[in-house]
Amino acid sequence: MAVGLRKSFGDKVVLDGIDLHVPGGTVFALLGPNGAGKTTTVQILSTLIHADGGEVHVAGHDVAGEPDSVRAAIGVTGQFSAVDNLLTGEENLVLMADLRHLGRAEGRRRAAELLDRFDLVDAARKTAVTYSGGMRRRLDLAMSLVGDPRIIFLDEPTAGLDPRSRRTMWQIIRDLVADGVTIFLTTQYLEEADQLADRIAVLDQGKLVAEGSADELKRLVPGGHVRLRFASAHDLDAAARVFGEVSRDDDALTLQLPSDGGVRSLRALLDRLDDAEIEAEELSVHTPDLDDVFLALTGRTDTMKVTVR
Amino acid sequence: MTTLTMTTLSYALTDSATMVRRNLRRMMRYPSMTLQLAGMPVVFLLLFVYVFGGTLGNGLGGPSGGREAYVNYVTPGIILMTVTTAVQGTAISVAMDMTEGIIARFRTMAIARVSVLTGHVVGSVVQTMLGIGIVTGVALLVGFQPTATPVEWVAVTGLLVMISFALIWLSVAFGLVAKTVESSSNLPMPLVFLPFLSSGFVPTDSMPAWLRAFAEHQPFTPFIETVRGLLMGTAIGSSAVIALAWCAGIALAGYLWARKLFNRDPVPR
Repeated sequence: MAVGLRKSFGDKVVLDGIDLHVPGGTVFALLGPNGAGKTTTVQILSTLIHADGGEVHVAGHDVAGEPDSVRAAIGVTGQFSAVDNLLTGEENLVLMADLRHLGRAEGRRRAAELLDRFDLVDAARKTAVTYSGGMRRRLDLAMSLVGDPRIIFLDEPTAGLDPRSRRTMWQIIRDLVADGVTIFLTTQYLEEADQLADRIAVLDQGKLVAEGSADELKRLVPGGHVRLRFASAHDLDAAARVFGEVSRDDDALTLQLPSDGGVRSLRALLDRLDDAEIEAEELSVHTPDLDDVFLALTGRTDTMKVTVR
Repeated sequence: MTTLTMTTLSYALTDSATMVRRNLRRMMRYPSMTLQLAGMPVVFLLLFVYVFGGTLGNGLGGPSGGREAYVNYVTPGIILMTVTTAVQGTAISVAMDMTEGIIARFRTMAIARVSVLTGHVVGSVVQTMLGIGIVTGVALLVGFQPTATPVEWVAVTGLLVMISFALIWLSVAFGLVAKTVESSSNLPMPLVFLPFLSSGFVPTDSMPAWLRAFAEHQPFTPFIETVRGLLMGTAIGSSAVIALAWCAGIALAGYLWARKLFNRDPVPR
């Protein structure tokens, strides 16, 4: 899809030669913190801006040479809502149908169908400015789907949504995949990439630092662990003997054990404590999050300021 | 002409019609904007007729003089002022629109790109003509007595559409070149002042020589003289031809500049 993609704004290098290949009918997630270059990548792939270097083909067409052929095949839902606030939901969809040259009757039929599918029928005749964040995002996506695009770009589709709207959005995305659509999404959340994507690429400071399936990426991450806190140094010593070589913190009276956080392994761990008749004050499970991925891949956390959900 | 360019052309027209509908719909949701754009010229009309009109009218040297003469003299100038006010509104609404996500969406769709701008232009021309209607209505109420025949009314309407069309294309470019919405109203400012430095409010022969030279060679004097001639039966002379030439030149320059600006990569705002 893209080879050697480069882009700078002034002196600032935003994309420093990235290669991406997305097979048709799959979901590809571009994962990274703010400022990594995710949005810029989507903007180039979706013909919004030009690359400074590299070759990009989308749906078999050269983005620079045949932008209109690319545009006819794609739908884009950006990070910032791309709806006309002064128009109603229905008018926004009919506008898209008109611009896709669907014809009047077909356009109205398609608009009605999408309003129904995205649960916007009640709000169809209200202007978009009155919509909630979740409704606006759904309308935004519905507008991208009017022309039945084969490839859909979703730039942080759930940023700023509440958990329920996020799950609705995930379900909508899964339904699209079931219809055979290719999806390219960006996200800051490992969980989201994990839930939706077949393949994940991690972007950091304009470079790809890893690519693979969710499981492959998680294997790179040593962050999954269980932390046990004890009432006394005596208990801590006893537990340390039971578990052997583990990382311990004598001041906080805690032990840190590698773990996948699964119920079975937790039960085994508690059984071992019971057998040794040691009482743990507190147990907390830490699953790998994007912080851990970044620490593992780049050896630093300072650029990462994400909310772990 | 090949089939391909025929299709491209017909899509350009269809897409432009779609965008015009979008802009008219937005305008109807915001009727206060149209009223606001007509408000300033109405205030100036009343100011010039009732405050300055008595004295200025006597200076015109006509048979009647006074306020009655001046309202007939100044109305064409105020009508052109309505155009420049509306043009300033266009620059602001284009600059505002460019900050909306929907424009990014349009750019990633296989549509005739210029249709986004055509929608603004045609929408603004309609808005300007509504404003002129309101201003002319108020002028009639305060004593404006045009002598125009129906044919002349049609001609003056056509001319005003052309002037608006030309200046609005220029203003679309102003709206695109502005880096922020706040600064977008500054660039059309000179246009707002040009009617004052023309034959709109006083005859140019009452001005000092240097100003008179400027006034007689800027577009608003032939615009106003032609409108005044059609409405009041004064001599038009070569003004009509010069006015049409200015319209064509400004429209072409504005269109080419606006199209070039819109085809640049959008800058992050």
